[in-house]
Amino acid sequence: MILNPAKRELLAAELLEAEGLSPEGRSLTKDAMRRLCRNKAAVVSMVVLTLLILAAFLGPYFIPHNYEDPDWAAFRSPPSWEDGHYFGTDPNGRDLLARVLYGTRVSLAVAFVATLVSVVIGVLYGAISGYFGGRLDSIMMRFVDIMYALPYILFVILLMVIFGRNVYLLFAAIGALEWLTMARIVRGQTLSLKHREFVEAARASGQKPLKIITKHIIPNLVGPVVIFAALTVPEIIATESFLSYLGFGVQEPLTSLGTLISEGTNAMENMPWLLIFPATFLVALLLSLLFIGDGLRDAFDPKDR
Amino acid sequence: MLSYAFRRLLSTIPVLWIAVTACFFVLRLAPGGPFDGERSLPPAILQNLAAHYNLDKPLIQQYLFYVGDLLRGDLGPSFSSEDFNVAQQIMIGLPYTFTLGMTAFLLAIVVGVAVGCLGALYQNKMPDYMLGAMILVGVVFPNFLIAPILQLVFGIQLAWLPVGGWGDGSLKFLVLPVIVMALPHAGRISRITRGSMIEVMNQNFIRTAKAKGIGPRLTVMRHALKPAMMPVVSYLGPAASYLLTGSLVVETIFGLPGIGRYFINAALNRDYGMVLGTVIFYMILIVFLNLLVDIVYAWLDPKVRNR
Repeated sequence: MILNPAKRELLAAELLEAEGLSPEGRSLTKDAMRRLCRNKAAVVSMVVLTLLILAAFLGPYFIPHNYEDPDWAAFRSPPSWEDGHYFGTDPNGRDLLARVLYGTRVSLAVAFVATLVSVVIGVLYGAISGYFGGRLDSIMMRFVDIMYALPYILFVILLMVIFGRNVYLLFAAIGALEWLTMARIVRGQTLSLKHREFVEAARASGQKPLKIITKHIIPNLVGPVVIFAALTVPEIIATESFLSYLGFGVQEPLTSLGTLISEGTNAMENMPWLLIFPATFLVALLLSLLFIGDGLRDAFDPKDR
Repeated sequence: MLSYAFRRLLSTIPVLWIAVTACFFVLRLAPGGPFDGERSLPPAILQNLAAHYNLDKPLIQQYLFYVGDLLRGDLGPSFSSEDFNVAQQIMIGLPYTFTLGMTAFLLAIVVGVAVGCLGALYQNKMPDYMLGAMILVGVVFPNFLIAPILQLVFGIQLAWLPVGGWGDGSLKFLVLPVIVMALPHAGRISRITRGSMIEVMNQNFIRTAKAKGIGPRLTVMRHALKPAMMPVVSYLGPAASYLLTGSLVVETIFGLPGIGRYFINAALNRDYGMVLGTVIFYMILIVFLNLLVDIVYAWLDPKVRNR
C-alpha cells in the first residue's frame, strides 16, 4: 500500500494516539513522572508535605503568639478558638501551635541538611571506591561494613555528650553517619558505569580520574541517588526526634517534634493535646515522606515493585 | 566451615580495635575534664584525682592503660558512682536488657517470618494488606509514640497490664515493652520475608516440587523456606543493633533497670567513663552478634564460605 507522506504522518499520529502515546518520544524521566503522578498515595503525600512545609515556614507569621513567650493568662489551657491558642498551651503558657510549627521546621531543617551531608559523602565515597576498584575498593568497602555493624546512634549520643548539645553538630553527626547505604548503592552503579563507552572515551582522551568521576559518572547517578535520598529523609527525621525525645536534641527554648512529644508523654493524662498535636505532625510528616520515597522508587524502577 | 568461622573471628579484631581507639580519642578531645563540677576543686585535690585515674600521664600511656584494662574486662571507673565501676554497673543491668532484647528478638523473628510468608502466599489478598498495614505502623509510629499509647490503653484505661517497672520479672511486666521493641522489626522482617519468598516461589525447583504433587504446605516448609530465609538472616545483624537502640527508649519509658537506662542517665549527667564503657560494651556485643549471624549465614549458604 502506497500512501502519500502527509497521509502516512496522519495515520501514524492516529495510531499513536489510540495507544495513548504522544507522537514525540518520551524520556525516561517523563515516563517516571507520569507513573509518579498516577500513584495516588504519592500525589496526596506531596500535597500534604507541601502544606506542612508552608505551614512550618509561613505559618508563624499568621498566628497571634510566638513559640517562646509565655501567655500569662493561659497556662495549660486546652485548645480553644477564643484566645487564639488553637492547639492549647503548655505548662509554661507557651502556644502549642507555634511550638509545633517551630518543631516541624527544625525537623525539616535537620532532614534537609543531614540528607545533603549524607548524599555528598556517600556519592563521593561510593564513586571513588567503585571507580578505582581493586585494593582501594576493598579497603573502603570493608570500612563501610565495619561502620554498618556498629550502633551509630550511640556514637551520636557520645558526640552530643562530649561536645554539648549543638544543633549544627546534631545535623552534621546524623548526616555523617547516614551515608553508608548511599555509598554502597553509588559504588554498585559506578561499577557498571565505568565500563561504558563514554567513560572509556573520556579516559582515552586523557582526562584525569577525578574529572571523569565528577563530569561523567556522578551526573549519571542522579536517579538512584535522588530515590535513595528521598528514602533517607524520613529515617533522619525519625532519628532526630528519637534523639530529641531522649534529651539529646536541640535545647530550650528551641524545640523539635521529638522534644514536644516527650513533654506531651509526661502530661498525656491531664493534657492530651500536648501529645496529640506534635504526634500527628510527626506521623503526617513521616507518612508523606515515606509514600513519596516509595512512589519515586516505583516510578523510576518499575521492575522492583 | 570451621576455617571460615576462624577467619571471620580474626577479622573482628581490627574492627574492635578501631572502634575502641576512636571512642577513646574522641573522649579525650572533649572540652573540660570529668571533674569540672559546680564548685572548683583545690589544685592539690585535682592533682590527686588525676593521678588516681592516670590522667596526668601522657595520652599514649593512658591509651595503653585503657586497652590493657579492657583486655582484662575492666571498663574503667564511673565518674559519678563511687561504689561501682562501669563493668559492675553493666553487669547489674545486663540480665534485664538481655531478657528484654532476646524475647523481643525471637518474637520479631517468629511474627515477622510468619506474616511475611502469609503475605507472599496470599499475594494481594487480605493477609497481604494486613502485612502492609503492620509494616506501615511499625515504621511510621516511632517506638516512643507507640509505648505511651499502649501504656495509656492497656495500662491505665483497661488496667490489664502494669504500666511500667520490672516487678517480680513475671510475664505481664514484659508484655508491653517487648511488643514495643519487636513491632518495627517484625514489620521489616516480614517485608524482607515476603519479597524473598515471592522470588523463591517463582523458581524452577519449586515448580518441580509442585509438579510432584507434594502439596503447598510441604512445598513451603521443605523447599522454599530455607532459601527464602537468606536475606532475613543477613538482616538479623543490623536488627540486633537497632534492637539495642530501641532498648534505650523502651527501658526509659517503662522504667526498667537495664543498661539502656544507665546509659541514658550517664549521658545526661555527662559521666564520660560510664558512657564510653557502655558504648564499648555495646560494640563488642554487636560485633559478636554479627559474627554469629555471619556464621549462620555461611552454614545456610555454602557459596559464602569459600569467598
